Amino acid sequence: MTTVVPERAALALGDDALVLSHRLGEWAGHAPVLEEEVALANIALDLLGQARTLLSLVGDEDDLAFLREERAFRNVQLVEQPNGDFAHTIARQLYFSAYQELLYGQLAASDTVFAPLAAKAVKEVAYHRDHAEHWTLRLGDGTDESRRRMRHALDALWRYTGELFEPVEGLPVDGPALREGWLGRITGVLERAGLALPEGPQHTPWAAGGGRQGIHTEPFGRMLAEMQHLHRSHPGASW
Amino acid sequence: MVTAPTALEERLRTLAGAVPDPELPMVTLAELGVLRGVHLTGPGHVEVELTPTYTGCPAVEAMAADIERVLHEHGQAEVTVRTVLSPPWSTDDITAEGRRKLAEAGIAPPRPAGHGGPVPVGLAIRCPHCGSTDTELLSRFSSTACKALRRCTACREPFDHFKEL
Repeated sequence: MTTVVPERAALALGDDALVLSHRLGEWAGHAPVLEEEVALANIALDLLGQARTLLSLVGDEDDLAFLREERAFRNVQLVEQPNGDFAHTIARQLYFSAYQELLYGQLAASDTVFAPLAAKAVKEVAYHRDHAEHWTLRLGDGTDESRRRMRHALDALWRYTGELFEPVEGLPVDGPALREGWLGRITGVLERAGLALPEGPQHTPWAAGGGRQGIHTEPFGRMLAEMQHLHRSHPGASW
Repeated sequence: MVTAPTALEERLRTLAGAVPDPELPMVTLAELGVLRGVHLTGPGHVEVELTPTYTGCPAVEAMAADIERVLHEHGQAEVTVRTVLSPPWSTDDITAEGRRKLAEAGIAPPRPAGHGGPVPVGLAIRCPHCGSTDTELLSRFSSTACKALRRCTACREPFDHFKEL
């Protein structure tokens, strides 16, 4: 196995995990039921562990998480989108976990420095995807209100999904195969949930799709401010 | 070069393996299957390989500290605990004795993981309180990442299930 660390790829994967972990952590104290509070925090913890491993390949994990400016983050825009209502969070989880499971599956079989982490994390992500699928079924097949909200959330986040399949320097993945597997998976779940696959484009000419280049959406700056505030205000502090 | 462990390495491995898990103190690290190796790299210098159950498991740091303390107490001046990810840990690595102790403590042990990941159907999960196989899932995620929350429909008691990974 090669020990060369493709820096851009490690930041891309590490930032995806870190940013989504922080978003999910924002549910603590706000989730609709206690079980979901615990579930979302558990998923966040898995992602945080992945982020720590990935960012440590590149440099000091704390410096990278807490001292970089917005433009230096390489996460896709999907993961930085605000939690919204519970349906929005589930739609984001569904889109991202289905992608991450397929991506890690490919990387686990690669001869890159990412293989050991991917082989481990793919098993954790299978539970995240399972959790998102079950909620998609319950909300899509639930009341008129839950169905309306789930539909709205899936539509609203759809345009951020195109970016998931763009090539990343140093990441040896088969993009078209990844997209095809992902689309099959999402289509299957939505069919079972009685929901239609969103119809809009997965890209828009001006907006979604700049995250890997460091271009982020407006809510990301506010999220970073909150995430980095303590570390920047008290440099070197420890528990 | 791989060499057979020396008698001292065997003894240190037994000591490190006997450290209890910080979150599930009824089982040891050896029973949990997370201790991968103990190597002497020089006089009084020992290197320990530990694998996390979950990537984000916060107990790893406590495990490392406990191993360091125990080996210091047994004459090893320098103890380095390294985290290794490959091959990934599986619930199949928990020993039979470990499973027995989990069940005794009211935590339903994992079923065989096979390929790993969520198990859609298959073997029933037995209630650790009354032994009924009539149990239902309350949540895939419980008090720690490695457990799911279930309820027994016979005795109505909720219980943790060490989920397959």
